[in-house]
Amino acid sequence: MVSHHVADSVTRAGGVSLVAASQQAAASLSCQAGVAPALSRVSARILAAAIGSVRAWTLLLLIVAVPATPATAQNSELRWGGDAEGGAPFVSADPADGTRVVGFEADIAALLARSLKRTPRFIQSGFTTLDAAVLRGDFDVILSGIEDLPSRRARLALTMPYYEFEERLTVRAADRDRFRSLADLTGRRVGTLGATLAAEVLSEAQSREGVVPVLYEDDVHPYEDLALGRIDAVVLDQVLAERSVARTPGLVNQSTHLASGHYVGGFAPAQSSLRDQANDILRAAMRDGTLQRIFEEYGMWTPGVAALYARESQGSGGNEGDAGAAPPHPALSTAASLGIYLPRLLRAALITLALSCLAMILAVAVGLLIASGRVYGARWLRALLATYVEVVRGTPLLLQLFVIYFGLAAVVRLPALIAALLGLALNYAAYESEIYRGALLAVPIGQLDAARALGLTDMQTLRLVRGPQALRLALAPMTNDFIALLKDSSLVSVITVVELTKATSIFAADIGSWVVPGLACALMYLALSLPLAHVARRLERRWSHA
Amino acid sequence: MTAPVLALDGLGLSRDGRAVLAEANATLMPGELVALMGESGAGKTTMIRAIAGLDPFAAGVVTVGPVRLTHGRRPSGATQRALYRQVGIVFQFHHLFANLTALANVGLALVHVHGVDRAEADRRAQALLDRLGVGHRALALPHELSGGEAQRVAIARALAVDPPLLLLDEPTASLDQARRGELAILLRGLVAEGRTLLAATHDVEFARACAARVLTLSAGRLLHDEPRP
Repeated sequence: MVSHHVADSVTRAGGVSLVAASQQAAASLSCQAGVAPALSRVSARILAAAIGSVRAWTLLLLIVAVPATPATAQNSELRWGGDAEGGAPFVSADPADGTRVVGFEADIAALLARSLKRTPRFIQSGFTTLDAAVLRGDFDVILSGIEDLPSRRARLALTMPYYEFEERLTVRAADRDRFRSLADLTGRRVGTLGATLAAEVLSEAQSREGVVPVLYEDDVHPYEDLALGRIDAVVLDQVLAERSVARTPGLVNQSTHLASGHYVGGFAPAQSSLRDQANDILRAAMRDGTLQRIFEEYGMWTPGVAALYARESQGSGGNEGDAGAAPPHPALSTAASLGIYLPRLLRAALITLALSCLAMILAVAVGLLIASGRVYGARWLRALLATYVEVVRGTPLLLQLFVIYFGLAAVVRLPALIAALLGLALNYAAYESEIYRGALLAVPIGQLDAARALGLTDMQTLRLVRGPQALRLALAPMTNDFIALLKDSSLVSVITVVELTKATSIFAADIGSWVVPGLACALMYLALSLPLAHVARRLERRWSHA
Repeated sequence: MTAPVLALDGLGLSRDGRAVLAEANATLMPGELVALMGESGAGKTTMIRAIAGLDPFAAGVVTVGPVRLTHGRRPSGATQRALYRQVGIVFQFHHLFANLTALANVGLALVHVHGVDRAEADRRAQALLDRLGVGHRALALPHELSGGEAQRVAIARALAVDPPLLLLDEPTASLDQARRGELAILLRGLVAEGRTLLAATHDVEFARACAARVLTLSAGRLLHDEPRP
């Protein structure tokens, strides 16, 4: 399904799931209730943010509380993991019974369990943590529309492919004749999800045709941005493409062949014998038409799938799964992948640094204006600015980024980097202004009397005496804020900016491990923040007497 | 007859809503050093600040050279700019600008209020510091100065635009005996140039040594002693 997001850290799971869930909620809200779409999107996001964070904590608690028992120990059950946030037709909550899940993956799980004489039990896991969860034995098998990718094949025991999909190029209806294939999109921005076959297709198209890939965390925002004109096309698998075109007016799918891929089930390598049994069951179900009936029920039966079944059901026993779809690239070793990804991480670190520096400069400038307004301004101005500060400090930065990027899109379509810069700067300006306001008020009143007694105006006093003295008091908390901003800049990945954390999560998803990417990423953040802290300490020492 | 440098006409002062002085009248002529005395809390500092235009006063009129201050509000705009050509103030705790060197403290108003270019302002500031005996401390920051040095820099700052009237609040409070003597010589020198000084002080010895006459705040009235022969 690749329904959402590339692999991401556990701590980010809340933020990540927010996107997809909110989009689904928003879609249903705006369709069903017919309320103003922008408004409903925002409120749905707030709701989803709450749900998302609860989910993240539940997941964390589950991971902490459940001992990693070997899967075979519980052989009366077939525990299958999936992400119900992915939605129909993969796995979704049963509208009639919220405790059950439905979807073709649920049907396949039931099929496997029945043949294995076990009871199927669904275990919810974030899409990005599915691989890690099956490896540590949280459940026996992943059935959640996961793609047959070389990186996944290298670390999991995958089943034979049970569904073949085509990658689809989706464009605006007006561009139907202009953008027929990736070759027509040279120099254009094309959206997709990271760590998917579609992302690989786009990565190749980047070097071959000069297409500019834009990686999203979920499968809904690419289509929304396409409709808004922020990007010119989306490449994703046909299941998602058809679902999205059906619910986003003004988009069409092109029939151009780009690539085809497969959905597979995933077991831990130690479970390869169970995987072989699963392959036998799947093969039998291909022969006797059981799988065909399942996919027909969801309107997913295609000639491509029929051909796949004709090919696959010829084989017998063994682990064909491993020889299924020919991987486009062999899986990389960690060392080799570091050579490939390190330059990307460095480039992303530069984006993080540039974005943070610019945002901080802007935040300081705006913060100074707000603080001056609150100290010197008329009563109405003070009230207005105080409200701004309280609203900005009292709401999550993530929400503010969404509002600026998606919520304002109806009025002004800001490019992602500009939206990220504005979001960070306006958020931090509120915090900076409080630092400066406190610092301005901390300058002794005698200094102000002395300035007045020389005939300086308030503005001159601020610029020549009060401001410079306040700035020295503000230096330590400002340094603190800049380091926090450096790390908070990772949040802008939700609006498609590939900065250091995002690049790391792509790296981690591609090689299937967080150890090396996480270390590299941490070292880079430290390399950015430590020198800054050092410089600030020296400045503080020099100014300590003033 | 020469015009007075400072005239108080029916001046009334209050502090925290409580009247501390009513109906005070006085004139200070060019070249006078007048001591303003009274017990702590009698309103010496309040009166100095009112004359310097830092706080509004309750009643009457204060005339500093050509500038007329009326009760009720602090002077602003053109009145404020005109006032600070006529009067300089030296605070008890100096209040030198903590972020600026001694030289920059003295030159600040010249550059930013009176439009003198920076090189000329630095030259004049250095000359003033030299005259007050702290020229060698021109590039020191306020926290690096001793109490006596800081006071001289503060006097230089107040004199930078050459005002006819100089107000001093407790000038001897932070000085030892030797420094008090030096200060007396310095202030007498300023008076000799024709400048008018009003010094709020509770230091009787200093007042006796320096002041031509003494104004005393007592029980809400301003009392005059006779000019000394």
